Amino acid sequence: MTPVPDHLKRLSPRVAANGILLVILALVPVYAAVTGNAFVITLFTRVLILALASLSLNLIMGFGGMVSFGHAAYLGIGGYAVGILAKEGIGSALVQWPVAIAAAALYALVVGALSLRTRGVYFIMITLAFAQMVYYVAIGLDRYGGDDGLTIYQRSRFGGFLNLDNKTLFYYLCFALLLAGIYLIWRVVNSRFGLVVQGARSNERRMRAIGFPTFRYKLVCFVIAGAMCGLAGALLANHTNFISPAMMHWTRSGDLMVMVVIGGMQAMFGPLIGAMTFLLLDEALSNVTDYPNLILGPLLLGVAIYLNGGIDGLIGGGRRG
Amino acid sequence: MLYFIEQFLNGIQLGMLLFLLAAGLTLIFGIMDLVNLAHGSLYMIGAYFAATFAAWTDSFLLGAVLAIVATLALGMALEVIAIRRLYGRNHLDHVLGTFGLLLFFNELVRLVWGPAGMTLALPSQMLNAVEILPGLFYPVYRLVIIAVTLVVGFLLYFLIMRTRLGMLIRAGASNREMVGALGVNIKLLYTLIFGLGAALAGFAGLMQAPILTVQIGMGENILIAAFVVVTIGGIGSIRGAFVAAMLVGLVDTVGRAFLPDLLGIYLSESAAANLARALSSMMIYLVMALVLIVRPGGLFPATTR
Repeated sequence: MTPVPDHLKRLSPRVAANGILLVILALVPVYAAVTGNAFVITLFTRVLILALASLSLNLIMGFGGMVSFGHAAYLGIGGYAVGILAKEGIGSALVQWPVAIAAAALYALVVGALSLRTRGVYFIMITLAFAQMVYYVAIGLDRYGGDDGLTIYQRSRFGGFLNLDNKTLFYYLCFALLLAGIYLIWRVVNSRFGLVVQGARSNERRMRAIGFPTFRYKLVCFVIAGAMCGLAGALLANHTNFISPAMMHWTRSGDLMVMVVIGGMQAMFGPLIGAMTFLLLDEALSNVTDYPNLILGPLLLGVAIYLNGGIDGLIGGGRRG
Repeated sequence: MLYFIEQFLNGIQLGMLLFLLAAGLTLIFGIMDLVNLAHGSLYMIGAYFAATFAAWTDSFLLGAVLAIVATLALGMALEVIAIRRLYGRNHLDHVLGTFGLLLFFNELVRLVWGPAGMTLALPSQMLNAVEILPGLFYPVYRLVIIAVTLVVGFLLYFLIMRTRLGMLIRAGASNREMVGALGVNIKLLYTLIFGLGAALAGFAGLMQAPILTVQIGMGENILIAAFVVVTIGGIGSIRGAFVAAMLVGLVDTVGRAFLPDLLGIYLSESAAANLARALSSMMIYLVMALVLIVRPGGLFPATTR
C-alpha cells in the first residue's frame, strides 16, 4: 500500500485523470442547462449513487479481501427504509436517512458476525444467501407493494431549505456525499485500523499472531461499508421515486461487483470510474443496438481475462498493493 | 397423509433436478476451482435446444437427445474459447467473466428465439397421472423425471468411481498439479469435465421445460439454488451435492406446501399466504446459513480444502 501523499506530491497520470473526472462531473448540470438535455443529469445522478455503493463495496472487497456477493441488499434496505417511512407519513430526511443508515449497519453487523467465520467461496455464498433472504422478505411485504414495489410520492424533505425535487440540487447533494464518502474511505484505509484490515487480507494468520483480533476489525469494516451503502440506497430511492425487490436481485449485486472490478480494486477512484464506465457503456450500447449485452457481456469477459487491475491499473500503470 | 406423500415426491423431484445442476457445478468448482455463474445459462439453453429440436423432429425423445449433445458441444466450445483463460485467476475474475457470459447468453437467446417464451410439449402418454397409492394420482412425467435422474445419477457415480476417466477426475479434484505432472492431458480433461457439467445442466433444463415455460432468465434463480446445494454439500463433493439437493428440494417444497396452513392458524388467510410465500422462499437460504455457521466447510467438505 503506497501512502497517498506520494501521489499528491507529483502529478501522476492517475491524479490527473481523477482530477479531470471530478471537473467533468462537477460540470454535468452546467452542460445540461446549456443544452437543455435534462436526461444527462438523471443518468449521472445514477452514476454518482451507484459509485457510492461500489465505493462501500470496494472497502470490504478491495481493501478488506471480503468478497461480498450480497451488496445489493444494503441498497434495498436503505431504499425500503425511505419508502416505508414515506408511506407511513414520515417524510423528513432527518429521520429517513439515519434510519436507512442504521438499518443497513445493523443488518451488516448480523450478517458479518455470522459470515466472517467462513472463508473464500463459502463467504461469497453465505453473503449471497443472506441477500436472497432480504430479497424474499421484500417480496413478502404486502403492505409495501410486495413483488410490484412501491412508488414514493414525495422525496425526503429537509424542512424547506433543501428541495430534492430540484434535479440540479439533488445531483450536487449526491456529488458532495460521494466526495465525502471517498474522503472517508481514504481516511479509513490509511488509518491504523485500515492497515490492520489490509494486513488481514494479505495474511490473516500473521496478523492474529502479532496480536490483532482480526475478526473484530473486519466486522467493523463490514459494518462501515454496509452503512455507507444504506445511504446510497436512500439516495437511490429518492432518485427513482420507487422501490422494489428487483433492486436487490442477485444480479444487481453482480453489477456492483462488476463496477468495482472494472474500475480497479483498491483504487480510491476505481468504483467511481467503474460505475461511470458500466452505466455509460450500457446507455451508449442501448442507443446503437437492441441487444446491448451481446457486446457488454464479452467485454466484461475480456476485462476479466486481460485487464488485471481494472481501468485504474491501465491509467496508473500496473496494479498496486 | 396422501397430500404429504405427494408433496414429498414433488420435493424429491425438485431435488433430483437440483442435483443434475449441482453435480456439474461442484465438479467444475472442485476440480477447476472455477465459480461459474454461466451454469444457469447452459440450463436455459438446454431447454431452448430441446424445444427447438423437438419441434423440428416432432419427437420429444429425439429432441431431448439432440439437445443434450448440442449442450455438450456448446459447453466444450465455451471452455476452449473462454473459460480456460480464467483458470488460476481469483474468484472475482471468475464472477466478472462468467457474469459477462450470463448477460451474453440471455441476450443471444433473445436474438435467436425472440423475447417470448417457448413451450415443450410432452408425448401424450406422459400427460396422464397414475394411481401410485389408493386414492393418490401422480403425474407420469414427474415420476419419469425421478426415474431418469436416478439413472443419470447412477451413471455419473459409475463414471466417476469405476472408470479411468472418473479416476482422473477424482485425482484432479484432490491434486491438480500432480495429475498434470504425471502426464495426463489436463487441458483435455478440463474441457471434458466442463462439457459434462454443461450437458448435465442442459439435461436438467430440458427435463424441467415441459413443467415450466422456457424463457429468458429461467436459469438465474435455479442457479442460485444450485449454488446453495453445492455449498451445503461441500464444494467438490458429488455425494454432498446429492444429499444437499434432496435436503434443499424437500425443504423448499414442503415449506411451500405446509407453511400457508400452518401460519393460517394464527393469521388471516391472505396475510398467511404472503408470509408463507416469503418464508418458504427463504427457507433454503436459512438452511444454508445454518449449515455454514455450524460447519463452515459444508456437510461433506472435500479433504484437500
